[in-house]
Amino acid sequence: MELLRFATVGSVDDGKSTLIGRLLYDSKSIMQDTWDAIEHTSEVRGEEYVNLALITDGLRAEREQGITIDVAYRYFATPKRKFIIADTPGHVQYTRNMVTGASTAHLALILIDARQGVVEQSRRHAFISSLLGIPHLVVCVNKMDLVDFAQDRFEAVRDDFASFAEKLDATDITYIPISALNGDNVVDRSEAMPWYQGPALLEHLEQVEVAAAEDLEDGRFPVQYVIRPMRSEYHDYRGYAGTVAGGMLRAGDAVTVLPSGRSSRIEAIETFDGPVDVAVPPMSVTVRLADDVDVSRGNMIVASARQPIVADTVEAWICWMTDRTRLQPGMRLAIKHTTHTARALITRICSRLEINTLAEDIDADGLALNEIGRVELRTTEPLAFDSYRQNRHTGSFILIDEATNATVGAGMLLGALPETPPEGGTL
Amino acid sequence: MATAAIKELTHLQTLEAESLHIIREVAAEFERPGLLFSGGKDSIVMLRLAEKAFWPARIPFPVVHIDTGHNFPEVMAYRDKRVAELGVKLIVGSVQEAIDAGKLVEETGPRASRNRLQTPVLLETIEKAQFDAVFGGARRDEEKARAKERVYSFRDEFGQWDPKNQRPELWDLYNGRHRRGEHIRVFPLSNWTELDIWQYILEDEIEIPSIYFAHERNVFQRDGMWMAETPLMEMLPNEHPAPRLVRYRTVGDMTCTAAVDSDARSVEQVIAEIAATRLTERGASRADDKFSEAAMEDRKREGYF
Repeated sequence: MELLRFATVGSVDDGKSTLIGRLLYDSKSIMQDTWDAIEHTSEVRGEEYVNLALITDGLRAEREQGITIDVAYRYFATPKRKFIIADTPGHVQYTRNMVTGASTAHLALILIDARQGVVEQSRRHAFISSLLGIPHLVVCVNKMDLVDFAQDRFEAVRDDFASFAEKLDATDITYIPISALNGDNVVDRSEAMPWYQGPALLEHLEQVEVAAAEDLEDGRFPVQYVIRPMRSEYHDYRGYAGTVAGGMLRAGDAVTVLPSGRSSRIEAIETFDGPVDVAVPPMSVTVRLADDVDVSRGNMIVASARQPIVADTVEAWICWMTDRTRLQPGMRLAIKHTTHTARALITRICSRLEINTLAEDIDADGLALNEIGRVELRTTEPLAFDSYRQNRHTGSFILIDEATNATVGAGMLLGALPETPPEGGTL
Repeated sequence: MATAAIKELTHLQTLEAESLHIIREVAAEFERPGLLFSGGKDSIVMLRLAEKAFWPARIPFPVVHIDTGHNFPEVMAYRDKRVAELGVKLIVGSVQEAIDAGKLVEETGPRASRNRLQTPVLLETIEKAQFDAVFGGARRDEEKARAKERVYSFRDEFGQWDPKNQRPELWDLYNGRHRRGEHIRVFPLSNWTELDIWQYILEDEIEIPSIYFAHERNVFQRDGMWMAETPLMEMLPNEHPAPRLVRYRTVGDMTCTAAVDSDARSVEQVIAEIAATRLTERGASRADDKFSEAAMEDRKREGYF
């Protein structure tokens, strides 16, 4: 059985938590004691019906305020698939938590209130989802019961979103009219909307392709850990453990170790459970090389015929995630890219994105909390990478504030910059 | 072509790969990790994953047991056997010793439990061994506060979790940076469900303690749950132990872990039973979670597992 990870995103009060509660309830994934507990809470609070949002809002503060602050992960399975849901917060100030939940998703489920239509937060989340390279988008026009299940209302919202989405890098968008509260088109097709001919949400989730998220072309293997057993039976054993980040690795493949550029061949691909013929993302394996070359954590073993970019001046989209500082030229941060950590100097803010229009403000001098922009940076050691569009594993990085140790930025690499004389100081 | 079939990893392969990645990442980036082991099925699977992550080398960090002194004897025997097989170092933090030394005060009465006493002993053990990362076997499907916790869960000098101020955690890029005295709890099984754990035990042919299978035991009913008769627990006047066919769905302290009615004698039968159940494992067998709506969140804030 395959595993599909999806994130629910959208504005506050669009009913995300209710929709998840509905999916879990109707697919019989909620256990009786969980149900008893939320039924009891709803009753004590004098709510008219059982508040399905209580299933996912797990923190005391969330229950008190009736909002989602942080990502909640939920799990359910149907006979066809296993699902991991990341229920992400709708409030603007928790956007960084939304990015956390969406970064590993195969699919983003965007909720839009049929009465409100497309609002800024729907656009922001749709854009972030496309920026994060999530292959599938599903737009659920929710609360259809409150607009009398009107087809023209659904179509107006759909067309509005579609005209915005033209500017996005999203290739697969599906629109579904639903009522999370009543369960229309969630697990079963709704009788209240005979004009809608498409699948119910769960049907769609069971069909969508999972493998689309991985790059199976270019062999990429960031070395995580060098295994040297120091035991007599494995005296000369030296293996490179890691997670396959791209391509299909086989014994015999000609490979190059970056950044050194030394060449070798894959001698064997091994695991505790025995040798592996072909290793694909995201398998965790140990690679042994035919030659005694110098390899350590942070290096990348790549297919010699299809090598990544190696550069220390790069351009990337960055989502800034702290209110303690603004991202500005001259700032020095730690950068973690694959298994490699270095330091980075911000050399230029190229633009700040205007979410509503997707226009880039090229006069911006920095990025504040939750803002997204194109940024140039220089690193102390060269990065071996692919563009994020091509490979989510080798194209992503995080920025860490060395004063607070906090993760303050999420980066998606666009490409290398031509060598230029240093500006903005030295590292 | 064969490649089409190869591309599709099963959900267990995907979960295993994610866990191995996390375990290796911690071993590579932290100076002194330790792995919490209770003898429960989740920590058993976690220990197997650690074995796989470094094979053919040994696990490069010690196994840590917070011993309440109220453990099931079958579980202790299993722990010692596994530790010997793997050749890893075992560090024990003892609740009994802390009570004897006057550092902790035992609860009294029929509902006395050492559950909460584990937290100070855990924190002291972490401090003494100077662990900067501690692996735990918690899963997000267990409980609503756990559903919110990151894979790398940052703890301050008092071991506290601040749920409203968690670090963003993107892709598979984990940030383990911390100051001296702070540490990270790491949960490599975050995305596994109870059923995944059992399916993995089946597929990997992992041995587990006998109390997970149906057996006859003297039990009595309390708060709608079957508690084992033991000299460690004071009984109320209306509680009368009688033999019953039961098994354990979770394994903690004898005083706060309840048995469930079951005739499942094999892993396959346990899986069939879980697939049909309508109760969560903690709801069915853990007295410690029933105190209040936010019992787990409150304990985690204090530094609990």
